[in-house]
Amino acid sequence: MTTDTQPSQSHRSPRIYYIVYAALLGLLVLTVLASFLNLGTTWGVLIALTIAIAKAILVILYFMHVRESSRTTWLFVAAGFIWLAVLIGLMIVDYLSRGWFTV
Amino acid sequence: MTEAHPALAHHFSDIEQQREANTLGMWAFLATEVLFFGALFAAYLVYRSAYPEPFAAAGSHLNKILGAINTAVLLTSSLTVALAVQAAGERNRNRLLLLMAATVGLGILFLGIKGFEYFQEYREQLIPTINFAWEGEGAPQAMLFFTFYFFMTMLHALHMIIGIAVLLAMIFWAWRGGYETDDMPVERFGLYWHFVDIVWIFLFPLLYLIV
Repeated sequence: MTTDTQPSQSHRSPRIYYIVYAALLGLLVLTVLASFLNLGTTWGVLIALTIAIAKAILVILYFMHVRESSRTTWLFVAAGFIWLAVLIGLMIVDYLSRGWFTV
Repeated sequence: MTEAHPALAHHFSDIEQQREANTLGMWAFLATEVLFFGALFAAYLVYRSAYPEPFAAAGSHLNKILGAINTAVLLTSSLTVALAVQAAGERNRNRLLLLMAATVGLGILFLGIKGFEYFQEYREQLIPTINFAWEGEGAPQAMLFFTFYFFMTMLHALHMIIGIAVLLAMIFWAWRGGYETDDMPVERFGLYWHFVDIVWIFLFPLLYLIV
């Protein structure tokens, strides 16, 4: 066993961080431009959410190093979002089943 | 017998396990934060679906340009934090201090811009229960939009303030050489900071851009 285990991010070029940063800024520009298209609330929300989710995935995988992490870490990361999906999913089902909103 | 890693705590069998526990512990906390903010987002989306026009009209009063600039500020701060974690891993104290200071600067810049936006909203009389005045129809729904806006952005700002305070303490500790053998606290902090950035990544388009 080594006496000083280097963490996985040392001795690695920071280039990947700059690339992801550029991609994040690009997605920011995209989301602002898309807002000028005036597609209406439903499409507007969907597009904005899709771009936001893409940015979040980039931050999680690369900035938060989940991409190099163990399966257990992936499980913990997924767990939070799975519970969020349950929250939102059952809430949507609740409202739709009351006929308050139509899709 | 090989010497244990200097940062190894007695209840872990090796440093890799400790490193893993460091990551899992913070992610367990972040899962609770996902649900905390997630519930607010869910409630906001319900009411946006219920009252699309008043919400859109209310949202158009927000300053998209400042919101976009703030998003870029936070994305940059996530970059500086990621680089800081790497610097800590490479035991590069000066680079670590510089990047942590840059992150604090960007965080304070974000809060400054946000505060300026709040001041503008105060001037335009858009603050519920304090000075809300709305011309035309949909006043209660518009006030509901601003209730969501202020509550969610203030909660986010509170997370930023806590993060900056912790980071300032960590800068002092780093300056004293506290991360020479153990970079795990920096990594742990990085996870928290990136999460607060992710919250804003969702807040910005859903509050400012859906009109």
